[in-house]
Amino acid sequence: MAGLLHQILSGLATGGIYASVALALVMIYQATHHVNFAQGEMATFSTYLALMFINLGLPYWAAFVVTVVLSFALGVVIERVLMRPMANAPVLASVGVFIGLLLIFNASTGAIWDYTTKAFPTPFGDRPLLGGYISGHELGSTAVTLVVLLLVYVFFRYTRLGLAMRAAAYNPVSSRLVGVRVGWMLALGWGLAAAIGAVAGMMVAPIVFLDPNMMGGILLYAFAGALLGGITSPLGAVIGGFSVGVIENLAGAYIVGTELKLSLALVIIVAVLVIRPSGLMGRTIVARV
Amino acid sequence: MIKRRPLLGGMLAAGTVALSGARARAATPGVTATEIKIGNTEAYSGPASAYGMIGKTEAAFFKMVNDQGGVNGRKINFISYDDGYSPPRTVEQVRKLIEQDEVACLFNDLGTPTNTAVEKYVNAKKVPHLFLATGANKWGDYKRYPWTIGFQPSYRTEAEIYGKHITAATPKAKVGILYQNDDFGKDYVNGLKDAFGDKYDTMVIKAVSYESTDPTVDSQLVTLQSAGVDVLVTAAIPKFAAQVIKKLADMAWKPQHYLTNVSISVGAVLKPAGLKNAVGIITGAFIKDSTDARWANDPGMKEWRAFMDKYMPGTDQTDGNTIYGYAAGQTMLQVLRQCGSDLSRENIMRQATNIHDFVPATLLPGVKVATSPTNYHPIRQMQLAKWNGAHWENFGDVIEGSGS
Repeated sequence: MAGLLHQILSGLATGGIYASVALALVMIYQATHHVNFAQGEMATFSTYLALMFINLGLPYWAAFVVTVVLSFALGVVIERVLMRPMANAPVLASVGVFIGLLLIFNASTGAIWDYTTKAFPTPFGDRPLLGGYISGHELGSTAVTLVVLLLVYVFFRYTRLGLAMRAAAYNPVSSRLVGVRVGWMLALGWGLAAAIGAVAGMMVAPIVFLDPNMMGGILLYAFAGALLGGITSPLGAVIGGFSVGVIENLAGAYIVGTELKLSLALVIIVAVLVIRPSGLMGRTIVARV
Repeated sequence: MIKRRPLLGGMLAAGTVALSGARARAATPGVTATEIKIGNTEAYSGPASAYGMIGKTEAAFFKMVNDQGGVNGRKINFISYDDGYSPPRTVEQVRKLIEQDEVACLFNDLGTPTNTAVEKYVNAKKVPHLFLATGANKWGDYKRYPWTIGFQPSYRTEAEIYGKHITAATPKAKVGILYQNDDFGKDYVNGLKDAFGDKYDTMVIKAVSYESTDPTVDSQLVTLQSAGVDVLVTAAIPKFAAQVIKKLADMAWKPQHYLTNVSISVGAVLKPAGLKNAVGIITGAFIKDSTDARWANDPGMKEWRAFMDKYMPGTDQTDGNTIYGYAAGQTMLQVLRQCGSDLSRENIMRQATNIHDFVPATLLPGVKVATSPTNYHPIRQMQLAKWNGAHWENFGDVIEGSGS
């Protein structure tokens, strides 16, 4: 029984990782209606930036803020320089750019900071809590994920800018007619997604350790989480992320065994797409053609 | 226009024949009067990229050899490609090494799945596939793959040594195994089966696997803990080994921990995981640990340190991969020296399988490199070592595995 409880708590902790990355995926999807495959590698790159600033002597939270701001700028620049010429290209062309970005970020991260696994500091302390069931960092990073969720929710729900961004992604032509600067909305979406990714990276790194491929496996689970919860819904993505963490642990420990844990993420993706493509909390988007 | 084509084709074909004829006459591929080409594939990127340091060390080592005049009057041209630890890319790179670069031999290619992908091809081409940087037991199969030879003690031998120690030290142990779900991890399960024999089922109460793509192994550790395991054997690559050590501390769970020798690098595993968290871990060692004060005045380690300072300045000297790479490089050099002026592939292979108790500078005292045409396990000895918070402290005798 203690084992079951421990598996659930450990699943929630891992799920927190998926949830934070899933939020970045939702952000980019809300803003551009694409899923950026390079999201994970960009987040890893940002995390290395943070480590660089910390090693230069900046206090943790200062490095945190600087990294988030820089990542935002990086996201905007990528949209302006690389994605803008793709605006009228078919979706597959964008996907090609995403994969190219993935390779570029992965390789340059390794070239700049080398591939040796590195420890990343946590601002929340490392004491085991609840008799070793959860660590201080796991609790802290979950709180950070929830704060980010709240910010994203409020941004999209209650601000004019958030509304304009959703409109720009949903119907660019009409948005432009009513005065929304569609191009900049997309750039803003990229920037925000990169910033959220940076936060996710910095929260994940103390747990899984920092190396250039840190996000490889995580992105897959995060994608499963985002789809499960609904890729149009920030809250859904977070709930989906946590659920995937718990489902994965329980199924791995008690049902399918550890060898099929990874397959389970893929099964979730396929099952959601077949049964309920909008996910648990997402809205079905109907486009008139 | 139409008539010119066959003519052109004929000329091309004639040219190709002439070219391949010239190549066939060169008796020793990859060897000229001034140069020996040695090929290597390494994980400079990808999930196992911490090992990239081995390739970097070897490149630096051969540069040193060249600066000192080379070997047999020739310079070594060490060509090392990144395969990202991905078998399809290994196939591509090894083909390139053999067919375009025309290397004399392959040396210390990294990884079990990666080398598995090319062993048939390399043996069909009869290219020496020397001293693979993997501890899989299969590289000792000289009957099926006479051109492929391993290097370090096999994982299975290593696990057998752990099993022997567990039986002697804690006969009533409840053993749990965490292993990577591939040949590497399964060798440890098999090695423990070798050691425990028919007692395996009573000794090992839980064995769980992970995939190298899993984000964490937390759930597996929880499963092992709740099963009541008190002796844990971990067969995991560095990133996951670091996670295990840290997570055990987070969980406040302290089983007697045996950790694969693959992941004992102080710089790449213990430091990220927390040096204190690793106290008490037992492993099998065959190379000297640079952080161990016992080797401060050791001639072998002094030689290595001088090399590191001059040829790899700024590199983390606590990273055991550099010490391993140096020993592997020295073994390759020994083979080339033994070859003398006959650097044909046949002779390189003959010399590689006739090494008599060669002692590289960075191996533990008592551990030797010894091969024969019927023993393709160059290093078969290990000494157990315990992490005391500052360095790996060797204890007990050097144990020789069965080297099956």
